[in-house]
Amino acid sequence: MIVRILTEGQYRIESSLFDRLNALDNAIVEAVAAGDEERFRTLLAELLDQVRRHGIPVSPDEFVESDVILPPPDTTIEEARQLFVGDGLIPG
Amino acid sequence: MGLISRMTTFVKVKLSRLLDRVEDPRETLDYAYERQLELLQQVRRGIVDVTTSRRRLELQRAKLQESLDRMTEQARQALSAGREDLARLALERKAIAQQQIADLDRQIQTLEQEQAKLEQAEMRLRAKVEAFRTRKEVIKAQYSAAEAQVKINEAVTGISEEMADVGLALERAEQKTEQLQARASAIDELLTSGALEDLTGTRQDVVERELARISVSSSVEAELAALRQQLGQGESPKSLPEGGQP
Repeated sequence: MIVRILTEGQYRIESSLFDRLNALDNAIVEAVAAGDEERFRTLLAELLDQVRRHGIPVSPDEFVESDVILPPPDTTIEEARQLFVGDGLIPG
Repeated sequence: MGLISRMTTFVKVKLSRLLDRVEDPRETLDYAYERQLELLQQVRRGIVDVTTSRRRLELQRAKLQESLDRMTEQARQALSAGREDLARLALERKAIAQQQIADLDRQIQTLEQEQAKLEQAEMRLRAKVEAFRTRKEVIKAQYSAAEAQVKINEAVTGISEEMADVGLALERAEQKTEQLQARASAIDELLTSGALEDLTGTRQDVVERELARISVSSSVEAELAALRQQLGQGESPKSLPEGGQP
């Protein structure tokens, strides 16, 4: 499947990795709910790192839609919270 | 719903709105290509902006660095003349300038990171735009074929996502640069007016500010003692403290 890390680009990953990403995603939601910024940063970095480590960058001459889109690496906990409320990172 | 699905839905909704304006598919290809070239220009300008801001901060850092020696010399002269109050003032300013330098180092590092990110985004988009140009001509040449419409949709959707992504990288870099520029202007003003003592209050919270003050005053005492020793002066009896001194 195709995953995009916003502001970084697309990767092709094995579907099996997605379970791991989902587990991290659940933990991130908890960290945001608890307002635990330190934990949020660590988990987000881990989430993106999994994709960078195990994914293969999509070649520039491929035009494929991403199946999944991940937030940019410098996302703040405040921005993540906004995403749950409704105002996201992408303006306009 | 997790962060991943929120983010994915969010971007897809924005993109579907963008793609709604599609009419003649061949025009869409050309229009998309023009937009890509514009975005590429914007990213290049963004890189120039970030670089300019970084240079400005580096210049400020150099000026502050230069002023350190001058302030030490002022303190020494003041002490020789028996003006401990003036020596203290000069050393306080020096300690604050040193904190500013450390602060500027962090900001310069942030801008370096943003610059690297934008340069990567530019490279990525440039390769993508080049590939799109080739693809566009191929699709246009076979436009009568039934599959062309599908290919156009694929290519346009793919490139639109890429453009939204690079656009976001650009916007985030600009936001960070603007914040630092505002701060750089404040430092410029203070450098010109020489009122360095105000600087610790510009951004930090109360705790940070107090901690900065403690570190300033302990550094002042240490330097004062060192200067006295150099000048062969013993520990002078404490003069009456001025108002507001800790």
